[in-house]
Amino acid sequence: MFGFALSRLLTFIPTFIGVTIISFAFIRVLPGDPIIVMAGERGITPERYQELLVQFGFDKPILQQYWNYLLGVLQGDLGVSFVTKKPVWDEFFTLFPATLELSTCAMIFALALGLPAGVIAAIYRGKFFDRALMTTALIGFSMPIFWWALLLIILFSGWLQWTPVSGRISVMFYFDDVTGFMLIDSLISGQKGAFQSAVYHLILPTIVLGTIPLAVIARQTRSAMLEVLSEDYVRTARAKGLSPFRINGLHALRNALIPVVTVIGLMVGTLLAGAILTETIFSWPGIGKWMIDSITRRDYPVVQGGLMMIAVIVMIVNLTVDLMYGWINPKIRAG
Amino acid sequence: MGGSTRKSGRVKLSELAQTAQARPGMLREFWSYFRENTGAVIGFWVFLFFVVVAALANFIAPHGPVEQFRDALLFPPAWQEGGSRKFPLGTDAVGRDMLSRLLYGARYSFFIGLVVVVLSTSGGILIGLIAGFARGWLDTIIMRIMDVILAIPSLLLALVLVAILGPSLINAMIAIAITLQPHYVRLTRSSVMNELTKDYVTSARVAGAGLLRLMFVTVLPNCLAPIIVQGALSFSTAILDAAALGFLGVGAQPPTPEWGAMLADSREFVLRAWWVVTFPGLAILITVLAINLMGDGLRDALDPKLKRS
Repeated sequence: MFGFALSRLLTFIPTFIGVTIISFAFIRVLPGDPIIVMAGERGITPERYQELLVQFGFDKPILQQYWNYLLGVLQGDLGVSFVTKKPVWDEFFTLFPATLELSTCAMIFALALGLPAGVIAAIYRGKFFDRALMTTALIGFSMPIFWWALLLIILFSGWLQWTPVSGRISVMFYFDDVTGFMLIDSLISGQKGAFQSAVYHLILPTIVLGTIPLAVIARQTRSAMLEVLSEDYVRTARAKGLSPFRINGLHALRNALIPVVTVIGLMVGTLLAGAILTETIFSWPGIGKWMIDSITRRDYPVVQGGLMMIAVIVMIVNLTVDLMYGWINPKIRAG
Repeated sequence: MGGSTRKSGRVKLSELAQTAQARPGMLREFWSYFRENTGAVIGFWVFLFFVVVAALANFIAPHGPVEQFRDALLFPPAWQEGGSRKFPLGTDAVGRDMLSRLLYGARYSFFIGLVVVVLSTSGGILIGLIAGFARGWLDTIIMRIMDVILAIPSLLLALVLVAILGPSLINAMIAIAITLQPHYVRLTRSSVMNELTKDYVTSARVAGAGLLRLMFVTVLPNCLAPIIVQGALSFSTAILDAAALGFLGVGAQPPTPEWGAMLADSREFVLRAWWVVTFPGLAILITVLAINLMGDGLRDALDPKLKRS
């Protein structure tokens, strides 16, 4: 197990270096001079230009620039936003809880519906429920989620007037961030109706972001379950006269969950990409909207830093899933 | 030594003769597998319809895609009150016929899917072949680079690439092709490494086949099945991602009648004019769904071993 973990960690390092090279290169391959872009439309005097060139280290040889950048990254220095003049690192961690809260809710939504649906579909394989569910899952999988979001807004916010259209909480409420998670902060604040408002604001974004993971998890659970149900030990359990619930729930599901765990890990990238669209539509103040806004505002240090942070998060999650996979499935460790 | 070369050469020739004879039968066998999957057949016909619409858009569309009717702004569909038979699916905020724009949009989506799949498969197969044949340090470097690309969520990577290249449909297609490439590299590499252990490759090598011949004539045809399936699925991913980029304003630029860009234009009318929002998204969903259904059928037909029950 230790050797397995070590070999996984060793492949993490070159990938991390690769990601830093990409984000380092990003600002340098952009068309136009970054300093002139930063100066904006007001222009810049040659003296000030020279000053900034030295300040940002653009006058040094490229390898030294990269080395300084890498050292900075390892110490949590991702540069300063052109627009807000705040450190990118600080901005990232101010906004990240919003994305984390939304993604967690979406994942819980996807698991709560996807796992049971997949299991039931596998048990009633070929029956009406199975076919209906798999068709629905394929539709969910093919869904352009930005359009799905607009449809839900038309239905729930427009016609039924049940849910709000944007934001994390009604403007009536104001309290300081404690954890950055609106559900928790609104409870802590003790203001009447604040928690309820936060929940209402979460519903539509959660459904939108959770749709594709839901479809993937339902499909994956079904096929993993089908594979396990044909195994000998399940037949043995049946022959012993165990109840169907015990067989399906205890013996089969536990082993069927192994491939599902990997899929959940792989979904993190999908969730973060989906968050870009979902947050933009619902004006959700998280990482995804921050990235889009920064791209349109040409706030390149933010794009650079955000790109790297998101890639690192995806890599860390994948590494964790790999390690967990090795832990729950001893067969992998040997290979 | 000479004898064995001649022998393996002969074996190969007779194999070739067999495959040549087997060709028409293979197609028929493929179709009979494919036909078993009702969903796949439906998907195939819908996709065919989509291709025909894309090809004939300028003949069947009632109006031009950017033609504006100033006296018909935000007309609802013909069957609703206030609608006009001149505009069967209504008009958008600047008086353009929705139906015509949707029909022309099929052309863009088809074009996007085709270009992205051709770019990403050809690049991915080439790099995958090199990695699989080279092994050693070259293989390691290539695969680490692919890991880096895969670590960045595809939509984000495409967004950043478009930020570098500048927002346009062509750049969006290049960006999406780059994000899809690693899947082909991995697929090709792993099948190549699997094929390389087999006897027919050894025999071809002993018969004196050069590296290029081994790569493209001997090994590649036997690696194609999973790549074709992935190609079908990438076609739909490409359409979805390009629509997402168009929606975010960095893909196709207005007034291009690309479906995603049409949705971006419609956002402010979400609560006022449902048809402007509903139809472009429905077009994306149906096309993507049809291709995914077809992809499932292709997988079952091309690789009976993987066939899910």
